[in-house]
Amino acid sequence: MKKQTLKIESNRMVVDKVWEMKLSGCDDVQKPGQFVNIALEGKFLRRPISVNDWKDGVLTLLYKVVGRGTAQMAEMKAGECLDVLTGLGNGFDLSVNCAKPVLIGGGIGVAPLYLLAKELLAKGVKPSVILGFNTASEVILKDEFEALGLQTLVTTVDGSCGIKGFVTNALPELEYDYFYTCGPMPMLRALAPAVTSKGQLSLEERMGCGTGICMGCTCKTLLGAKRVCKDGPVFTLDEIAL
Amino acid sequence: MKNLEVNLCGVKLDNPVVPASGTFGFGLEMADVYDINVLGAISIKGTTRDPRFGNPTPRIAECEAGMINSVGLQNPGVDAVIAEEIPELRKVYRKPIIANVSGFGIDEYVECCSKMDKVDDVDIIEVNVSCPNVHNGGMAFGTSCEAAAEVTREVKAVTHKPVFVKLSPNVTDIVSIARAVEDAGADGITLINTLLGMRIDTARRRPVIANKMGGFSGRAVFPVALRMVYQVANACQVPVMGCGGVATASDVIEMMMAGATAVQVGAENLRNPFACKEIIEALPAEMERLGIDSLSDIIGIVK
Repeated sequence: MKKQTLKIESNRMVVDKVWEMKLSGCDDVQKPGQFVNIALEGKFLRRPISVNDWKDGVLTLLYKVVGRGTAQMAEMKAGECLDVLTGLGNGFDLSVNCAKPVLIGGGIGVAPLYLLAKELLAKGVKPSVILGFNTASEVILKDEFEALGLQTLVTTVDGSCGIKGFVTNALPELEYDYFYTCGPMPMLRALAPAVTSKGQLSLEERMGCGTGICMGCTCKTLLGAKRVCKDGPVFTLDEIAL
Repeated sequence: MKNLEVNLCGVKLDNPVVPASGTFGFGLEMADVYDINVLGAISIKGTTRDPRFGNPTPRIAECEAGMINSVGLQNPGVDAVIAEEIPELRKVYRKPIIANVSGFGIDEYVECCSKMDKVDDVDIIEVNVSCPNVHNGGMAFGTSCEAAAEVTREVKAVTHKPVFVKLSPNVTDIVSIARAVEDAGADGITLINTLLGMRIDTARRRPVIANKMGGFSGRAVFPVALRMVYQVANACQVPVMGCGGVATASDVIEMMMAGATAVQVGAENLRNPFACKEIIEALPAEMERLGIDSLSDIIGIVK
C-alpha cells in the first residue's frame, strides 16, 4: 500500500452512469483484482474503486456513479490531482493451474476482469469471457475483450444484446476448467451452484478504511471472519459462505 | 530540541499520540507500511472473552466530517489475542501496548483483565465501558455511575497494571461518571468513545447501517470530546487520554491544553492510514509556532 498523488489524464463517460478515469503516476499495482481508495474533497471516507487496467504508470478506473462521491469524481477534469491509496486488496491468484478459465463479470463488476485477462494472456493462458448486463445500453468492455482475441459472450436481462437472461445462461455455451468472477452479490449467489469448476470470486462490501484496520467490511468464510478489503476482495469458491 | 515525552501512570511515551482502539487493528497492517515505533503507544482492537464475529454489514456510514460505525466488537477472543496478536505485534513494535477490554458482564471484564494483567507485553489496560454497538454490554456499564464503578472496582481487584476506563459521551453528566470510576480506583480515564448516531438511505427508506444505529466519530465530534476532556480533567486527579475527532498536531495540543496527558487518534486513521505518523512529525513545528518546549508543560494549562 502506498499513498500517491495521481494526476487525472482523462475522465469520460463510457455509457450512462459509467465513467472511465485515467490517472498517471501510479507505480503500485501488484495483481489484477486489487483496488485503490480515493480521497475526495469534502468527503470523510475514501471511495474504493477496482483497477481496470494499469500500463506504463497509467491507472485506468471504470466507476459507476452511484452516490455523491462518485458523482463528484465524474465532475473532475484532466489535470486535477487525487490523493489515492494504491495496491490495496489481495487481487486474483493467477498461480492456479488451469488451461481454459472463464471470466464472468456482472455490471460494473466486469472492470477488474480486463487487467486479469491481459495478465492471463501474458502467462499463455487464453480465457473466455461472459459479460452480464441489464440491457444493451449498459454494455461495456465487449470490444476491448474481443480486441484481446478472446471469445466474449454478452448476456442481457431484457435480451436487447447477446443471450437473453443472466450470466448463468451463457455458462453452458463454454468449456472451462476454472472461473474468475466479479459482480453483484445476487449474481455471485446464482453463479455458485451453477459453475462446474473451482474458481475465485471478488466481493464488494461497504468499506471504512480499505486497509484492514477497522473491520467494517467483514464477511463470513469457512475459515472464519475475513476482511473484504484486506483478506479479499478475492476469495475462493471453497472458502466463501455466500 | 522539543520534548514530546509524556508519562501515563509511570508508563513513558515518546510522544502523546496513540492510535485509538478499533482504528488500528492489532497494529500489523500499518507495520507493513511504516515504522510504527514512532507512535507514543498503541491501543489495540477491543477484546472480549469469547471470539466475536460482530454485527452484520453494512457496518459503516458516512457523515459530514465524520462517520458512523457499528462493527460490534469483532475480535478473535482474549486467548487468541494474547497467544497470537500481541506476540506478533511485539516482533515489530517495541513501544507501550494498551490492551482494550470489553465485556457483557462483570465476570467477563474480570476474566479478560485478569488474563491481560499477566501479559508482560501489555503496559496499560483500557476498560471499555462505552461501546454503543452491542446489546446488554459495553455502553450499559458506562452510562450509570454505579455500574461503571462496579466494573472498575472488580477489575482493579485482579490487576496490577494501570487501568484506564474508557467512557461514553452518551450520558447526562460525564463528570459524575468520571468521578465514580476514579473513586472506584481507576488509574486513568480515556474519553470519549463514539456518540450514538444514525443515517437513513432516503432512496431505499431504511437505515444505512444494518444494526440501524452506530457510533459517530471523526472531525465533527472534536469540540464535544474536547469539552468533556476539559470537564473531566478539571474534576479528577487521574490522567486523561483525550480521544475524539483528533486529526492534526494542532488538535493534539488543544486536547492537551484541555487536560489530556495523551491523545488518541481514531477515525482519522481510516481516511488516512498515515495520520498518526504525520501528526507526530508535525508536532515539533506546531510547538515551535506556539512557543512550547515540552508538551508535558501544557497539560491542563487552560483553566
